[in-house]
Amino acid sequence: MSWHWQSAAAIAAAVRSRAVSAVEVARAHLDRIASLDGKLHCYLRVDEKGALLQAAAVDAAVARGEDPGLLAGVPVGLKDLFVTAGLETTAASKILQGWIPVYDGTAVTRLKRAGAVLLGKLNMDEFAMGSSNENSAFGPVHNPWDLERVPGGSSGGSAAAVAAGLCAIALGTDTGGSIRQPATLSGVVGIKPTYGRVSRYGVVAFASSLDQVGPLARTVEDCALALEAIAGHDPQDATSIDAPVPRYRDQLGGDLSGLRVGVPEEYFAEGLDPKIATLVRAAIAELARLGARTVPISLPNSIHSLATYYLIAPAECSSNLARYDGVRYGLRIPAEGLGEMYQQTRAAGFGAEVKRRIMLGTYALRAGYYDAYYLRAQKVRALIKRDFDRAFSECDVIATPTSPVPAFRLGERTADPMAMYLADIYTISCNLAGLPGLSVPCGFVDGRLPTGLQLLGPPLGEEVVLRTAAAYQRTTRWHERRPPLATEGVA
Amino acid sequence: MKITADEVRLTAELGRLALSEEETARLARELDAILGYMEKLAAVDVAGIQPMTHAVALDCPLRSDELGSQLTVEQVLSAAPVREGDLFQVPRAIAHDKEAP
Repeated sequence: MSWHWQSAAAIAAAVRSRAVSAVEVARAHLDRIASLDGKLHCYLRVDEKGALLQAAAVDAAVARGEDPGLLAGVPVGLKDLFVTAGLETTAASKILQGWIPVYDGTAVTRLKRAGAVLLGKLNMDEFAMGSSNENSAFGPVHNPWDLERVPGGSSGGSAAAVAAGLCAIALGTDTGGSIRQPATLSGVVGIKPTYGRVSRYGVVAFASSLDQVGPLARTVEDCALALEAIAGHDPQDATSIDAPVPRYRDQLGGDLSGLRVGVPEEYFAEGLDPKIATLVRAAIAELARLGARTVPISLPNSIHSLATYYLIAPAECSSNLARYDGVRYGLRIPAEGLGEMYQQTRAAGFGAEVKRRIMLGTYALRAGYYDAYYLRAQKVRALIKRDFDRAFSECDVIATPTSPVPAFRLGERTADPMAMYLADIYTISCNLAGLPGLSVPCGFVDGRLPTGLQLLGPPLGEEVVLRTAAAYQRTTRWHERRPPLATEGVA
Repeated sequence: MKITADEVRLTAELGRLALSEEETARLARELDAILGYMEKLAAVDVAGIQPMTHAVALDCPLRSDELGSQLTVEQVLSAAPVREGDLFQVPRAIAHDKEAP
């Protein structure tokens, strides 16, 4: 039995019933990583010893007759933005290389408590800034569907690892699309929950008013399981929402009768690959066939979301990344004076995109430019949010493409920052408005490059988003197709 | 608007980044292109709109003033690039005859 293609739900059930041991499942995944990841480069670090110890503890709990938890024995990979006690955490940056944290973040603690087996740390764009994973200081990830192409970003290692069967679930973070866009380009499911639904404690910060943690998996059900395990209020994160966590896994059944699916025409305009438009429209037609009613809606301020985001996120990043100064952790370049030490350390430690964003954010916050850029962006953000508030009085869920293009070639967009930023055009307004958003595979461009349908819900509307995606997945087979790793000479 | 090399240098100083001349020239071009794209926001009517600072309405919660679990000094200092006893060590901040940059 090839455990690496089994769903998390199936693995947890098998481990609980002792049909398989957690150690055997972990071993199967570790072996697969050893044989495939040299070509894919999803993992920055594999924690073989830790994983096998956690798996053995799960097996021991089962043997004692205890329930090890919702994710009993499920192999999980963590984006290297998650702080892990005793396990190097780099945010794919040279400035943090060698940092061994002394605590676990809340999501990591909750995964462990749910019986998950943490396999290691996944590659990403440095500090989660990027849309292709090419900004990792440690080399890019290759898309399992076509090794010459990017997996998307910034959670590119997370998406590619799930797609290639190198873990059943991966945790990512999404500040402007960093879960949903790579999920789409790599052909997996990914959900960015409502802002505050999952604690950000122990997650390296990028843009604090936008960052949110979420799972990627091959099925909607597995995303629901993982979200249930990690969601909920955390006293360590004052912005985490103090609302009960539903049993998401119990909300996935039923058809879509009576569901109103809003379709914003602004998301099908210029710039969208016509082949993706066709696939996404077919997916929306499938929702209608399942009982949903499509409603035309308008989100007129969406056209401003990219400009708004690329002012707000860099401004917040320039502030958050001030902490990397060579004093308390990470890299230090020795220098005569303190100021020079800061400047040289940061010059040597940060990559080109991170520097670009720090510069952009510092500029937008400077006296004399603040009103024209940052303050104005915050006002336009309010207008974007207002559009969604109005739309959700007319519909229950919004359906759009996730990405305007399929996976592009490595190196294709690196020369032009604006071209790269445009990859996020459909995902960022969801972060600006703080809404839950999910991407589910909805077909293949030219029969070989995956693409996805994005579903957006109202605040704390994870259930309707998951239920809609689960209904779609029950009647489609896109998620059952596996990348041609064998024919690429990889497997 | 045109971003000059001097604007880039001043911004880099505020952002505590040492830049090479090549980086300075490249960033001037790139920031110019990116901020040029942002100019479209100038046309949006935002009269009377309150700036949105956060995705969800937040009331700053207060926690009770109780001692919780803390990291030990040893844990906190374990990642320090340079330490001296129980302190982080840094290069001098003030020179003998003039302020350090």
